[in-house]
Amino acid sequence: MRDESLLLRHLSLLLVAGFVLVPLVTVAIGGFKTMGELRVNPFGLPESWFPDNYLSSLFSQRLWLSLGNSVLLALGTVVLTLIVSTMAAFAFAQIHFLGKKLLFSYFLMGLLFPAATAILPLFIRVRNLGLLDTYWGVILPQTAFGLGMAILLLWGFFRQLPEALWDAATIDGCGYARFLWHVVLPLSRPILATVAVFSLVHSWNSYLLPLTLLNSSRSYPWTLTIMDFAGEYSTDWPMILAFITLTLVPAVVFFLVAQKQIVAGLTSGAVKG
Amino acid sequence: MSGASTLPAGVALGTAERRRGRRRAALSRTATAGGFLLPATLLFTLFVVLPVVEAAWYSFYRWNGYGTPTNWVGWRNYELLFSNAVFASAATNTMMVVAVSLLLQLPLALWLAMLVARGGRGSTIFRTIFFLPYVLGEVAAGLIWRFIFDGNVGLIAAAARALGFEPPFLLADPDMAIYTILAVVVWKYFGFHMMIYVAGLQDIPRELKEAAAIDGASRWQSFRYVILPMLWPAIRISIFFSVVGSLQLFDVVMPLTGGGPSNATHTVVSFQYTFGITRMNIGFGSAVGVVLFLACVGFTLIYRRFVLRERD
Repeated sequence: MRDESLLLRHLSLLLVAGFVLVPLVTVAIGGFKTMGELRVNPFGLPESWFPDNYLSSLFSQRLWLSLGNSVLLALGTVVLTLIVSTMAAFAFAQIHFLGKKLLFSYFLMGLLFPAATAILPLFIRVRNLGLLDTYWGVILPQTAFGLGMAILLLWGFFRQLPEALWDAATIDGCGYARFLWHVVLPLSRPILATVAVFSLVHSWNSYLLPLTLLNSSRSYPWTLTIMDFAGEYSTDWPMILAFITLTLVPAVVFFLVAQKQIVAGLTSGAVKG
Repeated sequence: MSGASTLPAGVALGTAERRRGRRRAALSRTATAGGFLLPATLLFTLFVVLPVVEAAWYSFYRWNGYGTPTNWVGWRNYELLFSNAVFASAATNTMMVVAVSLLLQLPLALWLAMLVARGGRGSTIFRTIFFLPYVLGEVAAGLIWRFIFDGNVGLIAAAARALGFEPPFLLADPDMAIYTILAVVVWKYFGFHMMIYVAGLQDIPRELKEAAAIDGASRWQSFRYVILPMLWPAIRISIFFSVVGSLQLFDVVMPLTGGGPSNATHTVVSFQYTFGITRMNIGFGSAVGVVLFLACVGFTLIYRRFVLRERD
């Protein structure tokens, strides 16, 4: 009886793992096949490994350009999110000022609705600011829509810091800015990492905002380039599969290296919220 | 955040001078806070709050986005929207995504969480595998599954041929295509919810489960009367994320079906994109945005009122 349920448990886990992994592995291997072979043998290993699809993508400017654009967008979003939300969350947690509650709820409103609700006016606004088709035109709205969550997470951490810290700092003649920089930030590395990972993953994978706010393919992040690529090569699946696989490599590697931080970063909004 | 009052509390305590000093301190604190809050407030107002307000405003105009909106059409965009058959099917599809997320994905996630929560090397590996799709971009996920479902080269086609059937072209079938989207949604997001449950399960004290076992509770009883109530905070938050996430589903749809065939698989956001943004129907598209906004905010407020605020 006990053995039976253990076996059942392992079988179900393996089944679900197959549901997750088979598509990914098939795609990665499929990139090594010719079109003719893919048609008759989509599951198994290729009879002879055909590297041309991978090589032509690896040596294409397109792949690297789009990954580079994604890096820039993500970098801008993460850095700006960290700076702006840390300052705001610090003020909410440590400074007593008029209208605090009201302003705090104002930011929390941002958690209620996604960017899609305002995507058309956002397009008009970014265009009127002259930021259409620029990195900032994507980074600024992207950061703005992530602020609610970032401020909430940081505020939850900052307000738990012992008050004695601030008392000691004032005795030493330390102002708010120096207190934040020299005392609070060094103590806050874990939560800063959490917020950074959260905003990094969302920026890396974001699609609707860049799709609407960028229009020249030279500034496309990988999410847009991969769609163009799939459109152009429409039925040349091995070519598309190789390209997809290459664009996924950074995310998979990053996930395997920093798994703990990533899981914490992506679920903390749910677990602590 | 109770926030101690910034005004001098005990009037009797201070001389007028001291009071003035405190008021000055409060003012200077507010000024400092203002400095810290200015960038966030500016960004948030410019790129989140104003666009939402503008969406409401634009939705009463017929406007192609050039110049300023002048062609006031009243409720016309909303009338067009609610009499639009494609929008009706997009709304139905979106509700299907919500339903599948809640009724299929969450129980699956909970069941798997129970299986992998107890730790050990095997469990850690399975957790990693199950969470992986959540980290991969939606667009890539959609393309991967477009390949899997492809009637010529895909896995489903190969499996069908191996069993002696005609390979189905699921993505080209207006009745079937929506189910492919639902499958991909489960594939992409169940690991996220599983992780929320794993975190919740690990917070349940071991003694509690042991006590239930000693009292002779069956497995089902201990699940129903011990684990489930203790896990309820995690479940209700994952329901929240599930619904709000489903309402805005877009990224998976575009690579998989693009809303087709014959507009059968649109979601609310892909409908907005296709009929609002790409055709520069700013007024009409904004009306879709407003409806989505009301759905999200309405759901959140009701859910908060009745579920999140209830006593644990």
